[in-house]
Amino acid sequence: MGQFIQYIQSYLASDKTPGAAGNMFWVLVYILLVFAGLSVAVIAMNWLERKILAHMQVRLGPMRVGPHGLMQPIADAIKLLLKEDIMPAEADALIFWVAPFVVVLAAFTVFVVVPFGPTHAITDMNIGILFMLGVSSLSVLGIVMAGWASNSHYPLIGALRSSAQMVSYEVAMGLAVVSAVLMTSLNAEGTGTLSMIGIVQAQQAQGEWFIFKFFPLGLVAFFIFAVAMIAETNRAPFDLAEAESELTAGFHTEYSGFRWSLFFLAEYSAMIAVSSIAVTLWLGGWLRPFPNLLTGTVWNQLFSLFPGITFLFFAAMCFYNTARMPKHPLFRIQTIGLAGFGVILGLIGLVLFIPAVSVRIQDIFWFSAKVAGFMYLYIWYRGTFPRYRFDQLMRMGWKVLLPLGLGVLILTAGVALLQEKIWHP
Amino acid sequence: MAPVATPFFFYLLSGIMLIGGILVITRKNPVHSAVALIITLLAQASIYLMLYAPFVAGVQIILYAGGIMVLFLFVIMLVSIDRSMRERQFNSQWVVGIIAATALGGLFIAVYTKGKDIFPEHVLPIVEDNNNTQEVAKLLYGQYMFAFEIASLLLLVAIIGAVVMAKKRI
Repeated sequence: MGQFIQYIQSYLASDKTPGAAGNMFWVLVYILLVFAGLSVAVIAMNWLERKILAHMQVRLGPMRVGPHGLMQPIADAIKLLLKEDIMPAEADALIFWVAPFVVVLAAFTVFVVVPFGPTHAITDMNIGILFMLGVSSLSVLGIVMAGWASNSHYPLIGALRSSAQMVSYEVAMGLAVVSAVLMTSLNAEGTGTLSMIGIVQAQQAQGEWFIFKFFPLGLVAFFIFAVAMIAETNRAPFDLAEAESELTAGFHTEYSGFRWSLFFLAEYSAMIAVSSIAVTLWLGGWLRPFPNLLTGTVWNQLFSLFPGITFLFFAAMCFYNTARMPKHPLFRIQTIGLAGFGVILGLIGLVLFIPAVSVRIQDIFWFSAKVAGFMYLYIWYRGTFPRYRFDQLMRMGWKVLLPLGLGVLILTAGVALLQEKIWHP
Repeated sequence: MAPVATPFFFYLLSGIMLIGGILVITRKNPVHSAVALIITLLAQASIYLMLYAPFVAGVQIILYAGGIMVLFLFVIMLVSIDRSMRERQFNSQWVVGIIAATALGGLFIAVYTKGKDIFPEHVLPIVEDNNNTQEVAKLLYGQYMFAFEIASLLLLVAIIGAVVMAKKRI
């Protein structure tokens, strides 16, 4: 027992990720934490997406289950678990059964290398970004398998569209990523890195986020990635694979109940995964705004207050809406529930003000806040852009994004060489 | 860190690869064969990982499991499964098959028994400081620059050839 506690404590002294330190206990803890956090994020996204979309369309959205529909995702989850699991009569049973697991496995495995902080990652790999792109591209296999195994027309067309789309946009995405990886090599040794933590540290060392590097080259690369990542996750306006008006629901038309919810889970965690790639490569990962410009204890103190203030703001929103609740006796339980939710958020906010906590939590907070911004953008796109036609989508991928990506890559390499040889010999 | 290049992992992964490979040729349904091939390729990527070559493993996953196999499945899905199920799976070329199998088996046995003399004793030290990718890049763009460029040119020619053949009017 004493040995075990010593083993657990031995990691706390090191400044590496648990995977790099080789401490199995903390690796397990981190995996569980990431998995739990991701599940909570998907549940929250479910509620937020319906709510925000509804408000964009001047509707109320879910209002019945819990105050402002806060319990709606839980009700949905229970409904999905209790639903009958149907398999089409002529379906290929084995492939039909395996496909959702392939998609979920690919979407979750990616989070092994996502850096929530300099030490807050499950592990740091030498091939980090390559691993993320490679494993997330495996989810296409699951989609294709699901579409084919359903033995039905709409899923097959949906799967064909989705695989063609993902394969095409992966090329542009890869070129954008390479131009960002190229920027990591602008240091004294002249060697870059593919490690996710190394990429963020390179941005810290160079004193600017890669989105602003070699303006406007970094910005264009980021734009290419931002477009490609929406196509890659099959979201609106590129959600042709599941275009409701044409294909019912695309590749998962024949799935029901638990299996369908696995596809749902995979889609949202894949969205979070690609957003994390964008945040890591171009938006400074876990770094707070102006880490090199606004230094000193005062600024550090000020920025460490942000996590707590955010949660207090959410709590204040809850209390404001508690006050606005109808005063009818029928709404008493909902009013109490909303006030209770506000109290919980407020308590979390207060805990985050403790210096010992806020120092450890702020990397994770900045990373999650940036990813949350991307998640809001996803919903915003869905609410505002009309869906592309398939030939328009292909033209955009091959004739606009790909040449643009190649051009940016060549220009970035050229400017990087110039900087090395002429401006700073 | 505990070493991963142990006999246990090697036999486990080779076993998976062999089973996958046998399934590829014995399944009648082409989609099942393709899925078995994916399992084989992933096990192969794990063997690269076991041999401390993470970059090669990552490229294996992206190119073979993620890229080529998607195209495979893409084509197979459009083929009529019913017809391919009715077709004869093996052509009974026993004589040629036995000769080829004997030759290959003889080669394997020869390498297994005399391998020590053929291959050099020299074993590269395991790179501990975690920069496998950088080492690969230095070799690829330094020592083997010319071969690398020739390979790229070959691929470019192949792409142009595919476009010329596919398009009627250019």
